[in-house]
Formats: sequence, C-alpha cells, structure tokens
Amino acid sequence: MSATSATGARPRVGFRVPTKWVTISLFLLPALALYLLFVLVPVIQAAHYSLYKWNGLQPLDNFVGLRNYATALGSDTFRTAVSNNFLIIVLSLTLQIPFSLSLAVLLNRRFRGRTVFRVIFFLPYVLSEAITGVVFSLLLRPGALIDSGFSSLGLGGLIQDWLGDPGFVMITLFVIISWKYFGFHMILLLAGLQGIPREIEEAALIDGAGRWQAFRHITLPLLGPTLRVSVFLSMIGALQLFDMIWVMTKGGPLGASNTMAIAMFKAGFTNQQMGYGSALAVILFLFALVLALAYQRFVLQRDVEGAVTAFNG
Amino acid sequence: MTTTTSTSTTTSVSAIGGQRLKLVRRNFLSIVRYVILIVVAGVILIPIVYAVLGGFKSNGQLLGDPLALIPAPWVLSNYTDVVFGADAATFWREFANSLIIAVVAVGLTVGLASLAAFVFARMVFRGREIFYTLFTLGLLFPSAVAILPLYILVKQIGLSENLLGVALPQAAFGLPLTIIILRPFFRSIPVELEDAAKIDGCSTFGFFWRVLLPLARPALATVSVLAIVGTWNAFMLPLILLGGQDQWTLPLGVMNFSGLYVSDQARILAFTVCAIMPAIIFYGLAERQIVGGLTAGSVKG
Repeated sequence: MSATSATGARPRVGFRVPTKWVTISLFLLPALALYLLFVLVPVIQAAHYSLYKWNGLQPLDNFVGLRNYATALGSDTFRTAVSNNFLIIVLSLTLQIPFSLSLAVLLNRRFRGRTVFRVIFFLPYVLSEAITGVVFSLLLRPGALIDSGFSSLGLGGLIQDWLGDPGFVMITLFVIISWKYFGFHMILLLAGLQGIPREIEEAALIDGAGRWQAFRHITLPLLGPTLRVSVFLSMIGALQLFDMIWVMTKGGPLGASNTMAIAMFKAGFTNQQMGYGSALAVILFLFALVLALAYQRFVLQRDVEGAVTAFNG
Repeated sequence: MTTTTSTSTTTSVSAIGGQRLKLVRRNFLSIVRYVILIVVAGVILIPIVYAVLGGFKSNGQLLGDPLALIPAPWVLSNYTDVVFGADAATFWREFANSLIIAVVAVGLTVGLASLAAFVFARMVFRGREIFYTLFTLGLLFPSAVAILPLYILVKQIGLSENLLGVALPQAAFGLPLTIIILRPFFRSIPVELEDAAKIDGCSTFGFFWRVLLPLARPALATVSVLAIVGTWNAFMLPLILLGGQDQWTLPLGVMNFSGLYVSDQARILAFTVCAIMPAIIFYGLAERQIVGGLTAGSVKG
C-alpha cells in the first residue's frame, strides 16, 4: 500500500518501460498506418512517378529524369495555371481579406441582430464548393438572374460573358470564391478582435487618438497573429483551388481558368499522363512547402514575441 | 489641482452640445452599419433563396421573368420528384453514399486521432515530436498532391469499387487537423486525475476511455463537426476514387445531374437545393461548434 501511494505522488512513474512502449504503439500505430498509407506514401510516390513517362497502366520503366518538369515549366498551359493561382492569391490578400476585416470590425460591437448577420455571413462556408459552383453556373447563364439584376439596376452595360470570356472568367470565379469564403475569414478575424481588450483602444481614444489612428496603431498590430493565420490559410486555399472551377468551367474557356490542380487532374486522368501529372503535383507541393516554410520562418517566430513587441513596433 | 478643475468644467460646459453631436453621430454610424450589413447579407442570401424558390417554379417562369422571386403559381412537382418521384432513387442513393462515407471517415478520423493525440499529449517518449511534426506536415500540403498515386493505390488494393476506397483516404486526410486540435485539450486534463484513476486500478486505456474521453466531449464534438463538414463536401477525392455512378456522393451527383438536364433548370435547382439541405440543417444545429472549432483551431495557430 505504502509503495503505491509513494509512486502515486509522483506523476508518470506508474509505467514500466516495456508496457509504456506497448501502450504507445497500440495508441499511435493505427493513426500512423492510415496516415502513412494514404497520405505520406502517395506524396512520395508522386515524386517517384514524376521521373517517368507513364500512362498509369503499363510497367513503370520509361525513366525520363527531370524531363516532365522541363516540359511543365516550358508549357504555356501550365504557366497560365500557375499565374491563375497567384492571381487568386493576390486578389484574396488585397480585396477579400480587407473586406472580411472591415465586416469583422463592424460586427465587433454589441447591437441588435449581430448574431443573425454573423450566422448568415458564415453560411456559405458550410456548403459544398462543387454544389455552389452548380448554383452559380445557373445564375450566371446569359439572361438569368445575374444579368437581369444588372439590367434592372440600369447597369446592363456591365454585363459580361461571365464564364465564357477568357479575359473575365477568373474575375467571376474570384467573386464566387469570395462569396463562399469571406465569412470564414471574417469569423477568424472577429474572434481575434474579441481577444483584444476594449480598454486598450479606449485608452488610446481618451489620449486623443482618432478612431482610425487607434485602429491602425493599436488594434491592427494586436490583431497581427490572427491576420497572418488568415492570410496563410487563404494562400494555401488559393493554391489548391479545384472543385468550384472544375464544376463551372473545367479550366476553360481555352484553358483561361486552369489552375495547377486542374492542370494536374487533366494530365493524369484526361490525357493519361500519370508521370507528367505527378510532376505537376510535385510542383504544387513545392509551392505549398515554400509558403509553409516562409510562414514558419517569418511569421510564427514574430508571433511568439509579437504579443509583447507589437506595442513598441 | 487647478488644471484638473478647469478641464473638468470645460468638459461639463461643452458636454451638452457634445453629447447631442455624439448621439447624432452614433445614430448615423449605426444606420450606415446596418445598411452595409444588410446589403452584404442580401448578396449572400439571394442566390440561396433564389435557388430554393426557383425549385418551386416552372421553367417557363424561370426563363420568363428571372427577377421574380415568388413563384406564381407554386409548382411542387420539382421537389416531389426529387424526394419521392422520378429522381428519388438517384437522390437517396447519393445521399446514402455521402452518409456512409461521412460516418466511416469521421468515425475513423476522430477515433484514431483521439488515440494518437492522447499519446502526444500525455506520454513522454523519444521521437514524440518527430511523429507529431509528421502529422502536422499533412496540414501544409494540398490533398491534390497525393491524388494521382492514391488513384493507383486504391485500385491496387482492390477498393476502387468500394465506398471504403474514399472513406479511408478521407479519414487519413482528416487526421492532422483533428490531432492538432485535440492535443492541447487532452493535455489540459490534470495529471492528478490520471494518477487517481491509476490508483483505483485503471489501465492506461481505461483512463483514456472512461475518464479522458468523457471529459473531452466538447472537444470531440468540435472535431467531429469539422470532420463532418469536410467529408460531406469533399469533391476531388470521390471524383477520382469512386468507380461507378451507383457509388457517387451528392456533390458528384449534383454536378452530373446539372449536366444531364441542362435545359431543365427548375429540376436542377430542386435537386441541388435538396442536396444542400443536409448541410444547411446541420449548420443550424451545430453552428456554435463549427464556428468555435474553426476559430479555436486557427486563432491559436
């Protein structure tokens, strides 16, 4: 009895070494096995396949080295796809996130109906991206709701061939993506704003700062960590854009709305070029990796000290 | 002292006029706020409401006056066709497929992630952080990266004609986020509780099952809800990994349906609305968990 209570007083002495490893294995291995088999191994396989010319059916024996990568980098189609991904990133950071932030600020007060607005704004996030695409395709048909809406407001001149004009299709898609995702960023930023004590901003106001000054120099720096998470998630999301575009345009017209994921899908499944498709997958992976490392290196580090130093900076 | 009194008198003198000005300003700002919020809410709701009401219209009504919101007359046949009529077999089969995949995938994700998060949160061993980092890596790259080899793999292991062929990879892709959210929750449960359970004769698994999981119920609800939303809306994995039409899930079904009946808009709208209803109802029930989970997961980084 006395031995038990003695060990009980100190945490984690109860495990004997072999039992501990058995327990760890039993708890960890199922998740690890599933994760390795269906996530990590396929990613490594993609790197392997990318070195072959392969249609996915024949034996994997036509080694071509880095030729698939050279083809990808020299391909206009793929370059358009990459630039489309980056166009969405740039538009998201310059338009969508500031818009989300503005709404978060508007909602960061107590007033009647606040919850209703919050619930409505977030609603599109829980809808399937593919189904959202189907609905908007219908509404964007020539002469349908959107066109009629513009005409009735006297803005008929602004009507475009929304999804059929290669010069305009990405703008249309960006607006729909924002329709679906701004509420998500708004909710994140709102949570961040609510974590900032109101007294800090009020103190600045009492000290004679204008509302905008107080926001710019007090609230915004304190919101930094949340804002950066929002930016990061937005960029990762824009890199893997697929569902909505596949449903609405399949990358068309004339490849004008291809993204990296669409190009990869077409290479692998439409054109039976599994090797080339895998090379595109690896390139997509590298973009995401660089982004993640940059985020780790420059952003997370700052956030550790950020809470304290933001006041001085 | 003198300065203090002088400033306080000046404020009290100007207070009456200042307050009125402030009140006017506040009312004005409040009106501006409502106008902006109502316009944005309109932009969000109009497509959804239009789709719901559009399902009650005939194609003639839809084409004749696209701006009319209220159907005249109300046509019920589009929806009844989806729920019990011509399209019911397709709709309910796709609904069942979505449901089966979601139940299996979410069950596996939450179950296996809980076990793993327990080890990561409460046991000290060599290599723990390496394994943990391995899982967090999964959050950083798009699932699209793995998709071509997954297609080959799922065919090789004979699951390409099976809903499990989607549910298993879906579960695997859900693991990183779930483990990352659960670990701090599991860690926050006091060590004393574990020691007490051990003294009472609980094995490690007994503690995990009978003490920790019940205490972590709110966290488990959060991760389950997030996993359900993710799995229910998944598109790329099912598109590539599912074999025949009889295995399709709702998002695939809606895409196919809209391609089949291009000129029958009312029918597409009714089918689409029925397909998004489960997500909307679920959101109504679990809004707090969805929003809470996402913000807890991301704001903490």
